[in-house]
Amino acid sequence: MATASGRRSAKLLQRIATLTPRLKPRPAVGACGWNPKSLQFWRCLHHGGDGVLLVPDVGRERKTSGSRQLASEGGRLPSSVLGGLRYATSAALPAVGAKVAKAEEMIEVSVDGQSVQIPKGMTVLQACELVGVSIPRFCYHSRLSIAGNCRMCLVEVEKTPKPVASCAMPALPGMKIKTDTPLCKKAREGVMEFLLLNHPLDCPICDQGGECDLQDQSMVFGSDRGRFTETKRTVLDKNLGPLVKTIMTRCIQCTRCVRFAKEIAGVEDLGVLGRGGSEEIGTYVENLMTSELSGNVIDVCPVGALTSKPYAFTARSWELKSTESIDVTDAVGSNIRVDSRGPEVMRILPRLHEEVNEEWISDKARFSYDGLKRQRLSEPMIRRPDGRLEAVSWHDALEAVAEAAHRVKPEEMAGIAGKLSDAESLMALKDFLNKMGCERIWSEGDGKSANVDMRSSFLLNTGIASLEYADLCLLVGTQLRWEAPLVNARLRKAVRSSRAKVASIGPPTDLNYPHQHLGTGSETLIRIAEGRHPFCAEFGRAERPAVIVGSGLLEHSDKSAVMAAVEMIVKHGNVVRDDWNGFNTILLNAAQAGARDLGLVQGARAGNKEIKFLYLLGADELTPADIPADSFVVYQGHHGDRSAYRADVILPGTVYTEKEGTYENTEGRTQQTSPAVPTVGDSRDDWKIIRALSEIAGVRLPYDTANGLRTRMLAVSPNLLRIDDLEPPSDFSFTLKNQFPSTVALSSFPKAVENFYMTDSITRASRTMAQCTAAFFGKRE
Amino acid sequence: MRSWRLASRAVAVYRATQTTGSALRPLPSTVLPSQIQNQDGVCRPMSTALLMHRDKPGNSVKDDWDFSPENTKRVKEILSNYPKNYKQSASIPLLDLAQQQHGGWIPVQAMNRIAQIIGVAPIRVYEVATFYSMFNRQPVGKYHLMVCGTTPCMLCGSREIEDALLKHLGVTRGEVTTDGLFSVGEMECMGCCVNAPMIVVADYSKGSEGYSYNYYEDLTPKRVVELVQELRQGKTPKWGTQNPKRINCGPEGGNTTLLTTPKPPVCRDLDAC
Repeated sequence: MATASGRRSAKLLQRIATLTPRLKPRPAVGACGWNPKSLQFWRCLHHGGDGVLLVPDVGRERKTSGSRQLASEGGRLPSSVLGGLRYATSAALPAVGAKVAKAEEMIEVSVDGQSVQIPKGMTVLQACELVGVSIPRFCYHSRLSIAGNCRMCLVEVEKTPKPVASCAMPALPGMKIKTDTPLCKKAREGVMEFLLLNHPLDCPICDQGGECDLQDQSMVFGSDRGRFTETKRTVLDKNLGPLVKTIMTRCIQCTRCVRFAKEIAGVEDLGVLGRGGSEEIGTYVENLMTSELSGNVIDVCPVGALTSKPYAFTARSWELKSTESIDVTDAVGSNIRVDSRGPEVMRILPRLHEEVNEEWISDKARFSYDGLKRQRLSEPMIRRPDGRLEAVSWHDALEAVAEAAHRVKPEEMAGIAGKLSDAESLMALKDFLNKMGCERIWSEGDGKSANVDMRSSFLLNTGIASLEYADLCLLVGTQLRWEAPLVNARLRKAVRSSRAKVASIGPPTDLNYPHQHLGTGSETLIRIAEGRHPFCAEFGRAERPAVIVGSGLLEHSDKSAVMAAVEMIVKHGNVVRDDWNGFNTILLNAAQAGARDLGLVQGARAGNKEIKFLYLLGADELTPADIPADSFVVYQGHHGDRSAYRADVILPGTVYTEKEGTYENTEGRTQQTSPAVPTVGDSRDDWKIIRALSEIAGVRLPYDTANGLRTRMLAVSPNLLRIDDLEPPSDFSFTLKNQFPSTVALSSFPKAVENFYMTDSITRASRTMAQCTAAFFGKRE
Repeated sequence: MRSWRLASRAVAVYRATQTTGSALRPLPSTVLPSQIQNQDGVCRPMSTALLMHRDKPGNSVKDDWDFSPENTKRVKEILSNYPKNYKQSASIPLLDLAQQQHGGWIPVQAMNRIAQIIGVAPIRVYEVATFYSMFNRQPVGKYHLMVCGTTPCMLCGSREIEDALLKHLGVTRGEVTTDGLFSVGEMECMGCCVNAPMIVVADYSKGSEGYSYNYYEDLTPKRVVELVQELRQGKTPKWGTQNPKRINCGPEGGNTTLLTTPKPPVCRDLDAC
């Protein structure tokens, strides 16, 4: 996609933009953004004279014309331009239900004397943002509906008798907006005084202190004294569960949390109760906020009314060191910020990535960090004949492993990669075992016969962001809400914005949007595949149908038949076309996609002999029955979880906050974690352990540095080195089968996730996740 | 100098709360209405009760509640007034109907049932029910007496009216008399300022069929007690002004203005144009 000329011209345009003298910051030429109200992209094409030309982004279909290079904001295109638009034709997109502003629907307004071209339908506040004038606000949030109730964003508009709430006022042609007049200042000061009437002065003990919108804005618009001499009101705190702490007296009733819960999380628990001075946010009946995204209300809350319960009173925001990283608790690869103090991870916050997680993360990603500190393996250990594990030196431990490995035949060895393994350690493990002559390697969650021939057969081909454009979605054997909460949030967005129809086959799930539950297992699936189900008609009507296959099916006993049925639906439903690929598999684990790209599957010479030497790279999902009693088990991992109890040798590794590891998410996007805190005790980077072991075992791996290892990865799977790049999956429609085996076991599809809060060794070690399980799990089916 | 000023300010604030300032102080929502002591205007809470449901006998999320068969017909009628995709518009009329049916107050299960009927999350109904002070979420008497407390009525003596009522009934605000007949609440302006002070008698004694909501205006502490006595006897006093010298909202002793037909406004002679 990238062309040299495109890159050059973009650079040139940017240089022109920077040379143009200007009074206020304006969007750079090529800058683009998302207008949530009109559901469209804008892109700044031209700075002419005193004005800025912004047009709706039509670069979606111009994917080859260098539009991608025009995106100057970190070289990243706005949401979906990459994903959906890769497949979409101009006829099919932009989004259904979206009002498309044509070039002639641009209007001109002036902000503080500077004229700007904006698409019709933008609000006054958005127009100001485009010119670089920031408007103070509390209730306005670009991803939520407009409430207009905090009044902080008042601006003056010429010929209006009163200041207007800019977040709720559509910009009209010729509007002269003024944001720096005495009237504006007075209006904002007045609003601020009212907001502070009932707000307690407890910033020193408030967890939001230091990163509080109200605190910041009161520094600008607040007075050092108020005229309110009455007693401040107090509000009863609400119990929203073990994650969100409420100090409702601090609430300024911006209703962001209410709108988030209703619009994004899809749990209508929160509401505005009462009115006037006694208005408060609450649930009225005792009701925990049972959402997998509930932690995000902490971020949307502009004050300290909703704060993190596990983080409460543990650190102040200015003491923390922030490290940009990637979440590994599911296969979505949410972008996170790890806030640490010294050797301790204090909290985890989301980081904006329009194409992956927008600005939300799941509760598991946000709150499982206390699991990083508990149950950790910090020293190499060897099990003594009396059954006790004894701490030994690295050399002794590695020697014990090498010796045991050489005692057995290569066919009797096996290696299993765990859910959280990074691509580097996967590569090292595969190379090491292959050099030992063993080809019996697989990755957890894939089953022993993963289909890795075509990337498109195991990735979320549509792309997370483009899933918003689907108008029909069939979920097969997946509890999407618990398997990939943020993918589910995208689907929910599609349901909300364009009334996409969702149907599911599999275990009944409490999806947080209207959907049809067609059946529980292969019987329904086969009826659809054979065209004997009323739902088949929906495929005919849909423009962009999608099928999402759950990971639970990958380990299904009758996997090939079920997958063949899915492929028939894909074929007959016209799900894969040149302009749209709606065939998706949702992976469960962060390591899964990378493991498949690196070919962590059983080789041809794997054999079927009884395992006598088992190398577990953080694999904890094995039952005792899976491990032969007399086998030698090496457990390399970071937590004393299930498999550590069976291990003969323990090699302590690192968790994702301690290493630079490459992960590929379920849509095939390569991302990297960054080390935020030092390693624990004597533990080492996983790939380094395997590298050291290979030397002791006499099969020295040919790389000594991370770069050397990555060079090796480049040879195997080059996409794993293109960080934050989405490698488009290959076309695979020709491989689709047209019929399936005559015998198909009629069975119900299994649940892939039993307990959303505890899916891996980190979350199982987390106290917060245990509390969540206790609080919420009883409520779920 | 500055600290002295602050200190004197603090003293002033303290004095204000000791005397009149506290009269309008909103109470923390943790205080139950029944706990509110009306000790000569020490605290006058907003009419809103606790904005939270707590399970109690007779008002529990485990109860069953539904509209009566007759009212189910009225529910259908009410729903037919609104487009099918805007059924939630019926939440206020349905809450009103539920309140009439349930003796003047709405238990939590009634709100849940309404939410089910109009197809919204229960919290959306709770929001409406807590917003309007006319919806009672705690039991009230068969005759719920609401005293207007807004400025014109207050200036004309609504506080005395309320005190007389509370003293006569021997209850505090929000409390129900032991015979279950009366309760007293406060309302904001009901548009009768010209006949201030006034109260409203919401009569739930005859179910939703015989429900009435009558204004009694131009009250005196003596007259309001008489009203209560008449109600207790099962009578329905004549609604409207209680001043025999007034007709509706006309002035005492007959009209003083508009005694003749007013002259029409002078208009242009259109024919001359």
